[in-house]
Amino acid sequence: MHIPDGFIDVPTSAAFVGLSAIGVGAALKGARTQLDDKTAPLAGLTAVFIFAVQMLNFPVVAGTSGHLIGAALAAVLVGPWAATLALTVVLLMQAFLFADGGLTALGLSVFNMSIISVWVGYAVFLVIKKILPKNKSSVAVAASIAAAVSVPAAAFGFWIQYVIGATGTFSDSAVFTSMIGIHVLIGIGEAIITGLTVSAVLASRSDLVFGWKNNQKALEIKNV
Amino acid sequence: MSKNRKFYIGGFIVSLFLAGIVSFYASSSPDGLEKVAEDIGFIETAKDHTYADGALADYGVKGIENERASVGVAGVIGVIGTAVVAGVFFKIIARKPEKTKR
Repeated sequence: MHIPDGFIDVPTSAAFVGLSAIGVGAALKGARTQLDDKTAPLAGLTAVFIFAVQMLNFPVVAGTSGHLIGAALAAVLVGPWAATLALTVVLLMQAFLFADGGLTALGLSVFNMSIISVWVGYAVFLVIKKILPKNKSSVAVAASIAAAVSVPAAAFGFWIQYVIGATGTFSDSAVFTSMIGIHVLIGIGEAIITGLTVSAVLASRSDLVFGWKNNQKALEIKNV
Repeated sequence: MSKNRKFYIGGFIVSLFLAGIVSFYASSSPDGLEKVAEDIGFIETAKDHTYADGALADYGVKGIENERASVGVAGVIGVIGTAVVAGVFFKIIARKPEKTKR
């Protein structure tokens, strides 16, 4: 969902550069409180892994592909603040080194994937985790469901931007239906990859996983 | 090798493998947004990327004719580049200022 230059007009793109800068600025502050010497390397590895998996487009329906965004994955592994930063680093690398995602559209893409997708995914993760039993497989299941929702959430972000500042003159409602429809399907792939990855990390280094540590903290408080 | 080291080296190798080898087998169909733009028609409004002629544009290394090698090398460069940038960046973020320690 890397937006090329030209889809959205310059004023709207500029406005979203501002909004994204505010969001990333807040994340810079927030991540300082959530990251420490022990978890910082995981935030780095998360960015690396997301970069790699974003190269792996999988077929969705005839003639269409999708790839992982990784927003919910990152939020569960390293917390939402660091997740916003990790996704932003990946998007910057892709735009400047690999010509993937327009430079003037960077604010739009960062807003959709580093901010909306991360925070919607994290919110869904917290809600689902609350209803499920407190164990590791619940964390993986909650992460999967969060991932499934986080992809159409990012698509919704694009739709808002399209409604505000599309340079084309095509129907807003047609764009809405197509964007959400296809990204619900891509979300299934996102859910599978996220679930498997979170399970793998929980199996080897659960002590590093943000979405699991919090779980244990809550339990400790209850036990006291 | 410590458990910690093993985990990070393992994760890095998996990422190198995915970006360097598996990426060749990725679908080349347009992604969701591109497909919607084609179907509805606003793909026409897209402009060429500023760095469309860059050395690594579209995940291929300029000058490497073999497609498998081209995307693989681009992927490996991307993984190492992201590791360096993100590694340094998060290390700085996680560093606690001296003042707050007191």
